[in-house]
Amino acid sequence: MNLRSPLAVVLGAGSAGHGVGHWWAQRVSALALVPLTLWFVISLIGVPLNDYAAVTIWIGAGWNPVWLALLLVAMCVHSRLGVQVVIEDYVHGAALKLALLLLNGAVHAVLLAAGIYALLRVALGSGP
Amino acid sequence: MYTMALSILHRITGVWMAIGLMALVGWFASAAAGEDDYARATALLGSAIGRILLLLWLAAFCYHFVNGLRHLAWDALIGLEKRTARTSGRVAVAVALIGFLVLAYLLFCPRAGAP
Repeated sequence: MNLRSPLAVVLGAGSAGHGVGHWWAQRVSALALVPLTLWFVISLIGVPLNDYAAVTIWIGAGWNPVWLALLLVAMCVHSRLGVQVVIEDYVHGAALKLALLLLNGAVHAVLLAAGIYALLRVALGSGP
Repeated sequence: MYTMALSILHRITGVWMAIGLMALVGWFASAAAGEDDYARATALLGSAIGRILLLLWLAAFCYHFVNGLRHLAWDALIGLEKRTARTSGRVAVAVALIGFLVLAYLLFCPRAGAP
């Protein structure tokens, strides 16, 4: 027996007001982060982090900027969706909730853009 | 009870790493900004408080990573039985702890005496 109203079925939305897209994106980004974060942590082991020249060379070496950019994308997507769920579950009051959800999206958009821009500058060697 | 506590810990470590994401982007930005800014960033991260924060982010990553695999398994309808979930929870905590200790040693100790 299906207890969902015809309207709910058409809209495909659950109690949070949106559909299964969020759920899928959270899982897909999680799957992407398994190899990406493993690669990141393991490859950091060999890098002398207080050596500016060595770090910038490492960021721009081979496929590293590609993996780092993908890492940032997956992290920002996963983090935005995760924080969104926390806000939806623990913040009550429609106005505050909406404000925090918008702030959450904005902060993660800025983090992604700033992170990719910084990576490109280092990898392309156009830094000062 | 134990399973519930681990689930809440998954959220806490996730939010903590969302803050860590800002530090990661800040670190990349400092590398893009040049040698002086990068030196300031590493001095900040290399300070006592900076090292504690980095260790807490590493710990959160290890737990969230291993427990996240558990959540992905559950999504595939694997290990949902109560007893299995309890056991996998204990295994996840143990694996995360071992992973944290190994990574903390590999990432932090060789540089402890470095200039």
